[in-house]
Amino acid sequence: MRIVADEILRVENLHVSVEGTPIIKGLSLTIHRGEIHAIMGRNGAGKSTLANVVMGHPAYEITSGNIFFKGEPLEDLEVFQRARAGMFLSFQYPAAIPGVQVGTFLKKSVASVRDDPPKGRAFRKELTAAMEKLSMDKSFLSRYVNDGFSGGEKKRLEILQMLLLQPHLALLDETDSGLDIDALRIVAQGINEVAADSACLIITHYQRLLDLVKPHYVHAMIDGTIVRTGGPELALELEDRGYDWLEVTA
Amino acid sequence: MSDETQEIIGDYKYGFHDPENSTIRFDKGLSEQVVRDISELKNEPQWMTDIRVKAYRHFVERVMPEWGNCSLLNMIDFENVTYFLRSSNKTEKSWDDVPDDIKNTFNRLGIPEAEQKWLGGVTAQYESEAVYHSIREDLEEQGVIFLDMDTGLKQYPEIVKKYFGTVIPHSDNKFSALNTAVWSGGSFLYIPKGVHVEMPVQAYFRINAKNMGQFERTLIIADEGSSVHYVEGCTAPSYSTDSLHSAVVELIAMDGAKIRYSTVQNWSSNVYNLVTKRAVAHRNATVEWVDGNIGSKLTMKYPSVLLKGEGAHAEVISVAYAGKGQHQDTGAKVHHLASNTTSNILSKSISKDGGRSSYRGLLQVSPKSIGCRSKVVCDALILDEDSRSDTYPTMEIGNSTSDLEHEASVSKVSSDQLFYLMSRGFSEEEAMGLIVNGFFEPFTRELPMEYAVELNKLLELEMEGSIG
Repeated sequence: MRIVADEILRVENLHVSVEGTPIIKGLSLTIHRGEIHAIMGRNGAGKSTLANVVMGHPAYEITSGNIFFKGEPLEDLEVFQRARAGMFLSFQYPAAIPGVQVGTFLKKSVASVRDDPPKGRAFRKELTAAMEKLSMDKSFLSRYVNDGFSGGEKKRLEILQMLLLQPHLALLDETDSGLDIDALRIVAQGINEVAADSACLIITHYQRLLDLVKPHYVHAMIDGTIVRTGGPELALELEDRGYDWLEVTA
Repeated sequence: MSDETQEIIGDYKYGFHDPENSTIRFDKGLSEQVVRDISELKNEPQWMTDIRVKAYRHFVERVMPEWGNCSLLNMIDFENVTYFLRSSNKTEKSWDDVPDDIKNTFNRLGIPEAEQKWLGGVTAQYESEAVYHSIREDLEEQGVIFLDMDTGLKQYPEIVKKYFGTVIPHSDNKFSALNTAVWSGGSFLYIPKGVHVEMPVQAYFRINAKNMGQFERTLIIADEGSSVHYVEGCTAPSYSTDSLHSAVVELIAMDGAKIRYSTVQNWSSNVYNLVTKRAVAHRNATVEWVDGNIGSKLTMKYPSVLLKGEGAHAEVISVAYAGKGQHQDTGAKVHHLASNTTSNILSKSISKDGGRSSYRGLLQVSPKSIGCRSKVVCDALILDEDSRSDTYPTMEIGNSTSDLEHEASVSKVSSDQLFYLMSRGFSEEEAMGLIVNGFFEPFTRELPMEYAVELNKLLELEMEGSIG
């Protein structure tokens, strides 16, 4: 098969089960560098499952189909190897790691993921610049990772990590939820910056993030599969009409 | 991976042993004669010989504790222990004068380097006695006395006689009796009124010989309004036969004084570590035990504070890591013997690879102590199905005017935490290392920086190569 230049993610007829229950039922999707794709759908449609399974969550079983990252099959790569290869997942509910300071965590994470990680002053400079972009106070660095963070603080920390890790593929799982309008604008800036040079998959319920991060493709997902793909206008239509009309035609 | 890391990766970083070059070595086994011989060899005053003999007789009569890990305790063969071993004929004040083989050991442990960088004074004990001792001149000029216990007894017999055994009498328990009978080495530290010792002083205890028994005795007196931070570190080589470490540590904090006593015990996994540590805190004094137990086969240790004066405060922060074949039976005891006294106890333990950690605590408020406050928090983290954690808290509250809190939790590493960290590029072992270091962080942040870094490295290495 011919690999299109700059193809980052290709999902082929994917079927995924959790504890024996099928969640994703035949999903295909290809994302190239520089493209922003949005997946919209109701709760339980399988959107988060897709993000988690691409990242390699052990609870999800691929029953058939394939996932390729830059043309290579992913199945043998452990989660951390996927991260080191350039994949990033912004979590809907990031886990708290009590006792581990954000500063230490970021430094170690960047050191393990990036090929030529900045050290010492260069790292601190990059970190300061990224935090300024996201309007994050320096006091964040001495707090424990996600421990006692508000929803908005968690999402900012996710985007900060994305800026520092410079992924080739960014999976954003409901990054807009729990954000007020100012925070949403700041987070969107961060996403746009990374998206310019990588492949980006945005999972969302709402149009409001897509006003700020313009998708090239919008996919409507129902019951574990993509039922329709369109441009930005599809997101507006979904916001306006809901999903029932697609179910009828699906 | 760096060469240094490679070197450490074996089971136990400090498991090397150097040739034994003893100048005096007693035959194995214990008798009244051995006790008298130790005292005679050290040219001790008669009263100390008498205390030793009395303690020995108590030790013989006293039965083994019937709690803790009895099966391991009963495996101790007191006849197969060397009770005294002198490796060097005197305590040196310069590392240059310490015999090369012993100096090499301490160099490998990084002690001289630490001394130069951040310590106010150092004692290094090798087997039974101190081989090196130093204190910064400015501290000496302020009247601070920091000596090994043997020299302390020689130079300040009145002070030692006045306080020795007053906090922990020989009859306290079987192992305090044993220590009192055969004690050798340890630290003697006296801080004069109003003197604040800014840099920590450190004692380092090393067992090198097989079947060695190390019985150091430490006495710290902080006079009114003074303060000091004392740090203790311990290691031993990995032999297939067991060694016994049974120390007694007595702290006296006079009115308004503050003593912090920090320990990172990293004995190899064939050492019995049976230690009695107790402090007295007088009016408005503060005693803090910062106690880390990483190594040993069996540790039984419950740092205690007697809050004797009104307004006194006790702080006990302890962590225990029980790996394969290890049992850490640790905890804290606080006795509120005066009104308006306060205490905080934080205990954290990790059990892994079939290891067992037990928290054993006692909190006592006497009937006449009014308005006391205490908070006890015990957190256990269990890393696999084979490992075990138990909690044995005891509270004896003599009146209803006290404010007491007790919280306990047992947790496991969640798959969400592992997935999150792995998605940030950490391998499973690295992720576990981060979680474990984070769990111990409330303890680690209390340690001097150098110790904290060392402890974190140690725990990360403990997480390596053991996850399927």
